[in-house]
Amino acid sequence: MQLTDLTLLELAAKLASGEVTSVEATQACLARISQVDGKVKAFLRLDERGALAAAEASDARRKSGNPHGPFDGVPVAVKDIFLTEGVETTCASRILKGFVPPYDATPVRLLKEAGMPILGKLNQDEFAMGSSNESSAYGPCHNPWDVTRTPGGSSGGSAAALAAREVFGTLGTDTGGSIRQPAALTNTVGLKPTYGRVSRYGVISYASSLDAPGPMARTVGDVAALMKVLARHDPLDSTSAPADVPDYLADLEQGVAGLKLGVPREYFVEGMDPEVEASVRSALKEYERLGATLVDVSLPHTKYALATYYLLAPAEASSNLARYDGVRYGHRARDVKGLKDMYGMTRDEGFGPEVKRRIMLGTYALSAGYYDAYYLKAQKVRTLIREDFTKAFAQVDALVTPTSPVPAFKLGEKVNDPLSMYLMDVCTLPCNLAGLPGLSLPCGFTKAGLPIGLQLMGRPFDEAKLLRIARAFEREHDFTRRLAPI
Amino acid sequence: MPLSDFQPVIGLEVHAQLLTNTKIFCGCSTEFGAAPNQNTCPVCLGLPGVLPVLNARVVEYAIRTGLALGCTINKTSVWSRKNYFYPDLPKGYQITQFDQPICEHGTLTVDMAEGEKVIRVRRIHMEEDAGKSVHDASASESLVDLNRAGVPLLEIVGDPDLRSADEAVDYLKALRDVLVYLGVNDGNMEEGSFRCDANVSVMRKGATAYGQRVELKNINSFRFVKQAIEYEIARQVDVIESGGKVDQETRLYDPNKGVTRSMRSKEEAHDYRYFPEPDLPPLHVTNERIDEVAKSLPELPRAKVTRFMSQYGLPAYDAKILCAERPLADYFEAVAQHFKDYKRLSNWFLGELLRLLKDEGGTVTTLRFSTVQFANLLGAVEKGTISANAGKDVFGEMFRTGKDPEAIIAEKGLAQVSDVGAIEAVVDEVLAKNAAEVEKYKAGKKQSYGFFVGQVMKAMKGKGNPALVNELLKKKLGD
Repeated sequence: MQLTDLTLLELAAKLASGEVTSVEATQACLARISQVDGKVKAFLRLDERGALAAAEASDARRKSGNPHGPFDGVPVAVKDIFLTEGVETTCASRILKGFVPPYDATPVRLLKEAGMPILGKLNQDEFAMGSSNESSAYGPCHNPWDVTRTPGGSSGGSAAALAAREVFGTLGTDTGGSIRQPAALTNTVGLKPTYGRVSRYGVISYASSLDAPGPMARTVGDVAALMKVLARHDPLDSTSAPADVPDYLADLEQGVAGLKLGVPREYFVEGMDPEVEASVRSALKEYERLGATLVDVSLPHTKYALATYYLLAPAEASSNLARYDGVRYGHRARDVKGLKDMYGMTRDEGFGPEVKRRIMLGTYALSAGYYDAYYLKAQKVRTLIREDFTKAFAQVDALVTPTSPVPAFKLGEKVNDPLSMYLMDVCTLPCNLAGLPGLSLPCGFTKAGLPIGLQLMGRPFDEAKLLRIARAFEREHDFTRRLAPI
Repeated sequence: MPLSDFQPVIGLEVHAQLLTNTKIFCGCSTEFGAAPNQNTCPVCLGLPGVLPVLNARVVEYAIRTGLALGCTINKTSVWSRKNYFYPDLPKGYQITQFDQPICEHGTLTVDMAEGEKVIRVRRIHMEEDAGKSVHDASASESLVDLNRAGVPLLEIVGDPDLRSADEAVDYLKALRDVLVYLGVNDGNMEEGSFRCDANVSVMRKGATAYGQRVELKNINSFRFVKQAIEYEIARQVDVIESGGKVDQETRLYDPNKGVTRSMRSKEEAHDYRYFPEPDLPPLHVTNERIDEVAKSLPELPRAKVTRFMSQYGLPAYDAKILCAERPLADYFEAVAQHFKDYKRLSNWFLGELLRLLKDEGGTVTTLRFSTVQFANLLGAVEKGTISANAGKDVFGEMFRTGKDPEAIIAEKGLAQVSDVGAIEAVVDEVLAKNAAEVEKYKAGKKQSYGFFVGQVMKAMKGKGNPALVNELLKKKLGD
């Protein structure tokens, strides 16, 4: 068994016992990356020197008996949407090529404070817009389970790097499913925390009211470990929640006996892959066998979630992306005639087609004369969707649904069909509209050997319960220990 | 005489920079005059990933202003984004308040030529300032200074209740006095910390509907406000009188040429695509918070003038000058603790004190002498220890050195002579020397009385008690 096949918690134990050093673990990751990343393309850039320096510092702390907590020395990597001081951050866009941030995003700072070396920046869809990682300006990421297929998006690199065992944990962001859908497609575990549970400070905004940074890892326990590091009130983020932070690892093995799990009928959509549906149904049976009660629930406004999301998210994005204008940093077009020309050319050259599409959509939705019909209406529907969840959670502890209606599809298959691509998030984005926590965990494989994901959604700040429910299922299977054939 | 057939209608939107130490959404300094881009951080530079955190002091100042102007303070107000592209606008949007501002429906009572007038204040909202583009530093490039980006502003939107350029200036001055009194703004138009836009339209007298309004942007002195509005009224009247139509547009005032010129028309008008700012939750203020601010409100200029008139028995003219600035009014009250002839005190303030401050510089807060010393000087004059003229000299010396008035009087030997015997001797001497004049006086040449007083004073080096000198002279002259 290779060092890189260990889980995050297993490595943490070996670091604690002195069996392995952080430098060894970091070097093992770097070796694995150089071995497989040519095929996977999970990393946009490595920070080999920074990671090794952090590993050495960690080993020195271990030696002197002063580690920075239980995960000191465990190498991780972060999606390129997170600002990293002194390390180029592009959000997979040409417009930010060459941008070296002067500060760390809060989640990055927390990883560093926990002593975790950061190997580099992970591939993603440009500005987190996409569900296949194909809108990255630096080329798509490939699924380690079948490199002709997508790892999902937008946190495709964060998922693929885990599935390829290049790293022990990663950060992603989830605006409409961008942590959970790639987790489902790569046989990894991803948690979209409650909106406000993990700070957005220093995380490049796509749609501010929906964006949720969160952890991804290979097992439920590993995700819980990362949540211990990341969940924190941040005074620099006015939407960060001052709520108490539980110990996410403490109740992990409590099981599901006595819990009520809701099965929302609207999530078993038409066009869902039969193998996905069968796998999810069998997982539901398993939960029943483990002592949970299944409750049939209805979330009647689910059918409007996709339309609502594709009005609100682009509206916010059109505003959030206005700052990329070539005036202060990033790309600036050359040979321009005057200011207007500079804005136009810079943005035309800097943004890819999917980003431009959403800026156009959002600009339109916010224009005078259309605001009431689109943006305002969408906000009202968002309230209805939230109320659906509130009603459901009056009856049940969590909801169980498929994560993605289909397993990993071929790269290039949907790239020219944006509407069909948008459907990839149909199961995940209601959760963002409601600001709730959602988790995806492996629940099986297709006959062709592609991973299938199960989604759990919970009440606000109920991440610990979702992890416990996920762990109860994980314990019964070896899915999360299966290795991608790469 | 076309102008007199028309009624101008004017509404002002005032931008007032708040006197906070730090910016509205980050901890950067708001100090004026720092080197370009020195007072900046990732947040006010609009770097990727940054988020705004509201400065609580800004909210306090907004509530304070709202209460002073009799506004309703909204328990919930909402932040919005105003989207437009400009090089000095780092995020591509300005964070402001749009459809739910913090204060609404107030008034400001202003003394105008035709008497007291109540101008309605439609709303007050908080927002961040933009940066500054510098176009003249280089021939080929424009530079951007973002020190001002994120500096907190209040926008105070008045209803179109003003009917002339003079009324607009009166309103603006009264509003500035209130803000300066509240300690929320320094009232400095030159540095742009108090600036205004004017909406101007004209309608034929007797008409019921307002005319098409034109917005005049960023006027930065009271004089230019008057000039710009007057020019614009005349221009609009000309357009209408020559059969044309006033266009809805935004115009700029050019103080060098004394004209307004078009900046953009309605067709080019921005669509700001306002929407609620998702990075800032709605702002909630409690009744307790509002009460707390209300308790800390200072007395406002108009109320103070009224009180000065009744409490100190001063004429309106004196009270207005004393209350024009809060430190002067406070200082008057401090000296009044020790000197009860308030009118005499006011005369000294309006005369000697303001003259010295103007001629020799300084403010009432930097005076070298104490309120007690000031009162002692006036007491000496009142008692006749020194003459009023000598008092002015002593006051000048106190102003420059901070010495005790008693010490200066002694040093300079200015104490008045009130010894009847001593004065009588001088009077006798003067009358004896001028026997011929005395004869003429007694024969009816009464106008030479002043000559005798002058001679006595001259002989006494100005120190003779004037009352006694008069009394003795008249007695000896047989009046």
